[in-house]
Amino acid sequence: MPAGVTIEFTHLTKRFGSGSGSVDAVSDLSFTVEPGQITGFLGPNGAGKTTTLRMLLGLVAPTSGTATFGGVSYRSLAHPLSTVGSALEAASFHPGRTAADHLRVYAQAAGLPRQRVGVVLEQVGLEQYGSRRVGGYSLGMRQRLGLASALLGDPSVLVLDEPINGLDPEGIRWIRLFLRQLAAEGRTILVSSHLLSEVQQSVDEVVIIAHGTLIHRGSLASLDMTETRQVIVDAPDRVALQLALTAAGYHFSSLRGGVIVENADAEAVGRTAFDAGVTLSSLSQKRTGLEDSFLALVGEEGAL
Amino acid sequence: MSEQPVRQLGHAIHAEFTKITTTRLWWMLALIMIVYVALVAGGLTAILASVGGSRGPQITDAQRAPLIYSFGSSIGYVFPVLLGALVTTSEFRHKTLTPTFLAMPRRGRILVAKLVALTVFGGLFGVLAMASSIGAGSGVMALFSQDARLTDPAIWALAGRAVLAMALWCSVGVGLGVLIPSQVAAIVIVLAFTQFVEPILRFASGLTDVTAQIGQYLPGSASDALVGSSFYSLTAPTVVGLDWWQGALVLLAYAVVASFLGFFTSWRRDVT
Ligand SMILES: Nc1ncnc2c1ncn2[C@@H]1O[C@H](COP(=O)(O)OP(=O)(O)OP(=O)(O)O)[C@@H](O)[C@H]1O
Ligand SMILES: [Mg+2]
Repeated sequence: MPAGVTIEFTHLTKRFGSGSGSVDAVSDLSFTVEPGQITGFLGPNGAGKTTTLRMLLGLVAPTSGTATFGGVSYRSLAHPLSTVGSALEAASFHPGRTAADHLRVYAQAAGLPRQRVGVVLEQVGLEQYGSRRVGGYSLGMRQRLGLASALLGDPSVLVLDEPINGLDPEGIRWIRLFLRQLAAEGRTILVSSHLLSEVQQSVDEVVIIAHGTLIHRGSLASLDMTETRQVIVDAPDRVALQLALTAAGYHFSSLRGGVIVENADAEAVGRTAFDAGVTLSSLSQKRTGLEDSFLALVGEEGAL
Repeated sequence: MSEQPVRQLGHAIHAEFTKITTTRLWWMLALIMIVYVALVAGGLTAILASVGGSRGPQITDAQRAPLIYSFGSSIGYVFPVLLGALVTTSEFRHKTLTPTFLAMPRRGRILVAKLVALTVFGGLFGVLAMASSIGAGSGVMALFSQDARLTDPAIWALAGRAVLAMALWCSVGVGLGVLIPSQVAAIVIVLAFTQFVEPILRFASGLTDVTAQIGQYLPGSASDALVGSSFYSLTAPTVVGLDWWQGALVLLAYAVVASFLGFFTSWRRDVT
């Protein structure tokens, strides 16, 4: 395995179609992914994660901008599978081919030794199922086979699109440890997900996109915004409640399910309502975890 | 060319071969082809022998063996076309273009490798089909004490040209598959064209001299010109013919043109 490689996205843009029916899947996206750590590539459904990764891998032609591995595009890599291993969502297998044969085909195409097939099947825990047709595989087994394909060339970069989808808790634990170990070996690892909670235990860095644009880039800790506390409160007489909150100097927003009060403490809000003689129907302190920060960043309604 | 592209092409051809041999498609098609060709070649020999010369087309002893043996390619050719088209369209259908292009991002090289591997496989189909037509045909001829002409070098030259035709037909199938990536559409077009449209076109084109000139460039006519004998040459004996090597070049041109067009349309498209 060669030394870690930095992935560089520079003003990457993709527009599908043309004219009025066109879709701006990715817009002017620039960021880098460093070796030796796991970077989570996050965004809601339709944010453009898969499109971005497919452009990085030379499968989709960018409308403009570039995506490279240390300055070299995927197409120009001398030994693509030995440099970059990738598993994309909706893993693509011929259902009538066995897992071992599937891996053998791509090992041959990349000029890799035949023994790699057995090695990677064992690495992902499929050694007993190698001679079964992939058509009979469960979703979790397909995910593992996708990961096995990614590992064929013992690459220094791993690009995985939603690798946790379809894995059982045991499988999730396994892949976390596995990716940890690969990152500790100095590899560059980019993992996409539409759920922060799915990857928050395994990633060091996060890149968040929505509507095809970069929203946040930083360490996992940078997402922690627990100091901004919110209270969710509601009353049968919503107008009286809002008047009381305004009088007490609170900033709030009124939603269908209740009123969200910013920078507040449940006890203080309760006292304000009590003093104003407003009967409450609900009152709770909103816990702002990482997932909430994530949702706040990508917008309440998500991308769709 | 430097060494790297040549080696990569070698790897790609190797992988394309493995793709074909690791699914059941090829031997299922081969099996149906062998049975079909044997039934037609053996059955027709028997029918012609029992009817005698009284009715039906007049066939001399010298015509019989080449006519019967050429069924291997003249009716068997649809199988290598289907093989080429199905193997190619299955890459789109099962989205295996993704791992294929990941393992080798130079897409042109993969298409060339596919054409090479399937042309060789088409040749294998040719060998099997000719073994079937010659085996069944000569067997029945022996039963009726007819001369099977198995020691005639002309017969073996015909068999060789038939194998070449089958190989080229398989590459035509690849061209078609990359031009029409929808598997269902490709199958319908192959069957409709080979079983229905082309026979009618060939018959109709023979009606005037001008259309006959054009008609000889139809793929089926070119294939018959290459092989040198078929039941068409009995029903329409006046059709102007290409030389055998010209027939081969016409078939090759179909494969190359279709592959080229397919490369610039479906093959280079975004894989999403
Ligand atoms: N081939 C295509 N043609 C047209 N539009 C497309 C195509 N592929 C993707 N899109 C559009 O591009 C946008 C981004 O899609 P993409 O698949 O990259 O999102 P994603 O972040 O991977 O979503 P998910 O979490 O659901 O996998 C979507 O609006 C999608 O509809
Ligand atoms: Mg996706």
